[in-house]
Amino acid sequence: METLNAIRARGITKTFDDVVALDGVDLDVTSGQIHGLVGPNGAGKTTLLGLLLGLAVADAGRLEILGTPVGRALAAPDGVAGFVDGPGLYPSLTARQNLAALAALRGNEAHAAGVDDALDQVGLTAVADDKTRGFSLGMRQRLGLAAALLTRPRLLVLDEPSNGLDPAGKRHVHRVLTRLAAEGVSVVLSSHRMDDLEELCSEVTILATGQVVFSGPLSKLADENRELDYRLITSDAQAARRVAAGTAGVLVVDDAQPRYDAEALVVRALVPAVDELVVRLVNAGIALRELAPVVSPLEAAFLALTEQQEDSR
Amino acid sequence: MTATAAPVDHPYGGARRIPVFRAYRFELVKLVSQWRIRLLVLACWIAPALFVVAVSQQTTLPVDTLFGRWMQSTGWAGPLVTLGFAGTWALPLLTSVVAGDVFAAEDRLGTWRHLLVTVRSPRRIFAAKALASLTVILLLVVGLVTSSAAGGLVAVGNRPLVGLDDHLMTPGGAAGTVLLAWACVLAPTLALAGIGLLGSVTLGRSPMGLLLPALVALAMQLAQMLPLPAAVRLALPGYAFIAWNGLFTSPAQLGPLLIGIVVSLVWAVTATALACLLFLRRDFTNVTDDGLTRRALVAGVLPLTGLLAVTIAVLPAVTSATYSGSGIQQAKVERSLATAFAHLYRMQADELHRPAVTEEQLKSSAACTKGNVDHDAEGAGNDWRCVVSWHLPDSEATGQAVYQLDLTADGRFVADGDGPKEVNGYFLVRTPYGDAPNPLWQFDSNVELLSTSKG
Repeated sequence: METLNAIRARGITKTFDDVVALDGVDLDVTSGQIHGLVGPNGAGKTTLLGLLLGLAVADAGRLEILGTPVGRALAAPDGVAGFVDGPGLYPSLTARQNLAALAALRGNEAHAAGVDDALDQVGLTAVADDKTRGFSLGMRQRLGLAAALLTRPRLLVLDEPSNGLDPAGKRHVHRVLTRLAAEGVSVVLSSHRMDDLEELCSEVTILATGQVVFSGPLSKLADENRELDYRLITSDAQAARRVAAGTAGVLVVDDAQPRYDAEALVVRALVPAVDELVVRLVNAGIALRELAPVVSPLEAAFLALTEQQEDSR
Repeated sequence: MTATAAPVDHPYGGARRIPVFRAYRFELVKLVSQWRIRLLVLACWIAPALFVVAVSQQTTLPVDTLFGRWMQSTGWAGPLVTLGFAGTWALPLLTSVVAGDVFAAEDRLGTWRHLLVTVRSPRRIFAAKALASLTVILLLVVGLVTSSAAGGLVAVGNRPLVGLDDHLMTPGGAAGTVLLAWACVLAPTLALAGIGLLGSVTLGRSPMGLLLPALVALAMQLAQMLPLPAAVRLALPGYAFIAWNGLFTSPAQLGPLLIGIVVSLVWAVTATALACLLFLRRDFTNVTDDGLTRRALVAGVLPLTGLLAVTIAVLPAVTSATYSGSGIQQAKVERSLATAFAHLYRMQADELHRPAVTEEQLKSSAACTKGNVDHDAEGAGNDWRCVVSWHLPDSEATGQAVYQLDLTADGRFVADGDGPKEVNGYFLVRTPYGDAPNPLWQFDSNVELLSTSKG
């Protein structure tokens, strides 16, 4: 079965004077996929998002968005919405007026219900008639998402949508994005919050110094990834340490670290070696109470891949 | 397997751009939602009326302002006093606040990308912003005219207006000419608005962008105060702020006014086109780039300087303006003074219920000197001294009156009576209905810098 591509980019290059912001970037995002874009500052994420939103034109390469080749003019095809560097809001207007003005701009002024619905989706109904001048960063982010929803997008491009969100706001945003994806809307979002990306994204692209260092499913990232640090809490820490030290492919590393938690054991290993360690602990009669990566696989991969890229330059 | 959908199958294929009208309406909503714009609209529609009513009730009138001395005589003097003030201060400041901020506001709010994603055409954004600024500026100007005229008509009434050469204009004629004068100053206002757009695009968040129209207007006013050649004076885009005066002479001094309007419109078009060009070249993916670059300044300032140079070079070839002359020559001063005196003498005779006399019967003439120069005197100064002579019908005697003239570089002068006291020595004259201002005691008039009309 064929899956439609919302984004298909091949060899995208963009330079600003003598700075190469994007260097031969390939990107595929299928319909209904939430795709994360990760990279250190200056990796080219914002430039790539800008290209997807029609804010800039690539110097070289081929970009197709929603099946439409993007030409040399500054404009994204219909069906694309989103924001980079925070949503654009006018502080002298209320939340509702901001959205209504946008709806009117797009020729949808009769759809007042759409404005209310968008506000409701992001949980801003209670402050709909407040001027956005007093809005917090999180509220602004949510209103920016509501503005994007007004267009009923098929591709949503969001730059750091979780910035400034409290847990309730984050839950609203995640719920909206998950629902949109279930309805077939593609979402590309950049974030520095790995937990968000792991929770939302089925695929990620890691950029470093303008180049793609990884692109694909999160599971593939974990499979491909080198050793991770894992934190174990067992019924007998000393015994567990001895078992770990005797397991092939497992390195006990917590001795080199400050001992914040005397009961915890930190080991570095690939996933198969961790599996073997768990079996050995159980066979040794040691209860395993907790096992989790010290940093998430995505974060570990991000750090490893981007550091590698930096070192190679 | 993945595949890219063919454009023909896709209902959202292609970029549908927002029509300019909708973008224009969006810009208007944003402008009108700003408290300072609302305050300006309110001020422009109310303050002139209050000012005119208040000044018209004063015992001391603003005689140093053109038409100020007639504010108790006719309601049409109020909008002209307001126009003089507006050309000097209000219109440059209004264009600064509106046009000078319309692009910079997006930089300040960080909303450029949002706007571009929505409208999808920088060209249309520019058109919408320029049109919205123009609309608000027009709304403010219409407010100034309407309010000041309403204030004058309510406080004083629809009465005849004494023109700049002191001929009497009917109320209807005065009304039409007042409206025409306001319409004429739209041209330099547009030039300042164009400069405002250019400053807003090139200087972004910098306060200089906001202040640019006001600074340019101030520089032009200072230039008009200097003893510059007429060719340079007329080449400045703000000259129409002064040249509307020529509409109030008989015949109207249209030459300088038309030149001023054309120059202003050329500046408006050039500055707006430059602003558009720079805006379209801007890189919106770079958040730190708000246009404040040397290239932008050079691309904005150099062409306008070139335009000024070309205008200065061309004007003497197509008009009587010269590089060396101030345009204020002795013969013109004498002719202008004699004409104004004749008009006012007739008015005084009417006030005093003396036998009616016409300007033709008076055959007035003037002989002027400037300092110690008796022949071919020229230029602005307060050392002009003139003797006006006239004849009364059925009388062999020649009347004479002396005037001191304070003549400014833009051609405007105030003639101050210096005797004999029976003619121009007293501020008031005694009429059968009580004391009334003596029109010959002190009056305004002007010298046309170009020799395009005879008056």
